[in-house]
Amino acid sequence: MIEISGFTALYIFMLSAFTGYEVISRVPVILHTPMMSGSNFIHGIVLVGAIVVMGSAQSALEQIIGFIAVALAAGNAVGGYVATVRMLEMFNPKDKKGEA
Amino acid sequence: MDVFIQVVYFVAAILFILGLKKMSSPVTATGGIVWAGIGMVAASLVAFFEPGVFEHTGNVVLIVLAIAVGSAIAYITAKRVQMTDMPQMIAIYNGMGGGAAAAIAAVELVKMAGSADAAGGHELSATAQVLAVIGALIGAVSFSGSAIAFAKLQGIMKKTIRLPMHMVINLILFTLTLVAGAIIGFSGDVSIQLVLLFFIMALVFGVLFTTPIGGADMPVVISLFNAFTGLAVAFEGFVLGNAAMIIAGTVVGSAGTLLTQLMAKAMNRPIGNILFASFGSDGGAAAEEDIEGSMKEIQGTDAAIMMAFAEKVIIVPGYGMAVAQAQHKVSELTKLLEARGVTVKFAIHPVAGRMPGHMNVLLAEAGIDYDKILDLDEVNPEFPTADVALVIGANDVVNPVARSNPDSPIYGMPILDADIAKNCIVIKRGKGSGFSGIENHLFYADNTRMLYGDGQKAVAELISGIKEL
Repeated sequence: MIEISGFTALYIFMLSAFTGYEVISRVPVILHTPMMSGSNFIHGIVLVGAIVVMGSAQSALEQIIGFIAVALAAGNAVGGYVATVRMLEMFNPKDKKGEA
Repeated sequence: MDVFIQVVYFVAAILFILGLKKMSSPVTATGGIVWAGIGMVAASLVAFFEPGVFEHTGNVVLIVLAIAVGSAIAYITAKRVQMTDMPQMIAIYNGMGGGAAAAIAAVELVKMAGSADAAGGHELSATAQVLAVIGALIGAVSFSGSAIAFAKLQGIMKKTIRLPMHMVINLILFTLTLVAGAIIGFSGDVSIQLVLLFFIMALVFGVLFTTPIGGADMPVVISLFNAFTGLAVAFEGFVLGNAAMIIAGTVVGSAGTLLTQLMAKAMNRPIGNILFASFGSDGGAAAEEDIEGSMKEIQGTDAAIMMAFAEKVIIVPGYGMAVAQAQHKVSELTKLLEARGVTVKFAIHPVAGRMPGHMNVLLAEAGIDYDKILDLDEVNPEFPTADVALVIGANDVVNPVARSNPDSPIYGMPILDADIAKNCIVIKRGKGSGFSGIENHLFYADNTRMLYGDGQKAVAELISGIKEL
């Protein structure tokens, strides 16, 4: 855990927002659905937060909610990854591996 | 150790952004998701070494168990699902992320509630407190809203449920949720009951927010919830002091917002209109003008001859093709036509299928080169020189009233100009109208012939027709 003060967070937030906007603005339409699935996978990083929160859970209530958080977050990450890979595989036909 | 953890988070954040960037080109896309995946695994592993996690062995066991349960369910469902059902699966995985963000906030708030009476408890800064509540609200709405989106696309929930005074109820509920959230966020003194009430209201709001929105608009809504979840993750990242979560969440939040805008733009409907008004209620009254001409049927063999002796054929696939699972037959038809020297191209409307790019995924699955797949701006100038436009299970996206009739609810929506091809063959299951319930003038045009039947069977007829020549 690092100390992130309000304004530092605001700067991180601002720069990340522009990054996200720039990165996706060049995506061709054919990749929009895989892209959405891919970005869906990336917010699976919530798993890290769930692990940290669950790890320091004290009461039974905290453990129950923490358990739900970790399970849901893992589902987000794994489901998002597998779905994205399956979709992207379709753009890589096996018969033309060399130059696509 | 702490420095090592932060370095890994830092690298993970870089991998996420590079991964997203690589995903923006078909050639490098697969590599992109792998990079992001490596970042994810690394970040998750070091999370176990955050201070406090290994102090309670019981918790570690529970974490591993929870990961196993969540991953197993998601892995199996994601592997098994049909490509046509992908959009609703994205919705559900996204909802899980939103739920996780809300649950993280819940744990933090419960800890805070506990610390009011127990000495030396958990303290959050004022900013963190407020952001935890906002993240919780957004995450919870995304969770329950995505569940409804899933139910709608999966066909579990068929009707759009609209309560009397739906908008007013939503507004009141939202205000109450905000008030409860503000009390929790701004006062350090909170009770468990209030936190519980807050979450229940937020979840119910997510449901009521989504139910009146029609199935055709679901992609936009799913994309919006994707952005929501990203934001919720970013806010909880601030609460936990985790920069990787802030960066990844915000990147997804802004990318998702842009994608939502692009989709709404393609449908020529302001986002506000999609979310707060339904298609039927404001468009139903549009004047039913008389349609000239009649629908003219054609047999599969005749249509096959038309296509076999054409120079250029443009295929316009729609959601009907996906439902009939006809993409493999379409691919076979394409190869047959190309063997005869016919140029075949595919015209994809931005909102064809259930999501932008959904049709492209299906066609790619069937082995059609993506160079042949053109989007709206590229393909429209080609229609005048096309001998045959073959429309398979598409309707509203080729309806010329979008150009001609200002009273029509879809007026102004960019469409594929299949009507200006020399001939147009429409494969359609029955005589009904499209998703929006608007009559399609294309079907009555002089150069249009209707080929009735299930998409897959009709294309099979075309294939056998061409083979017999």
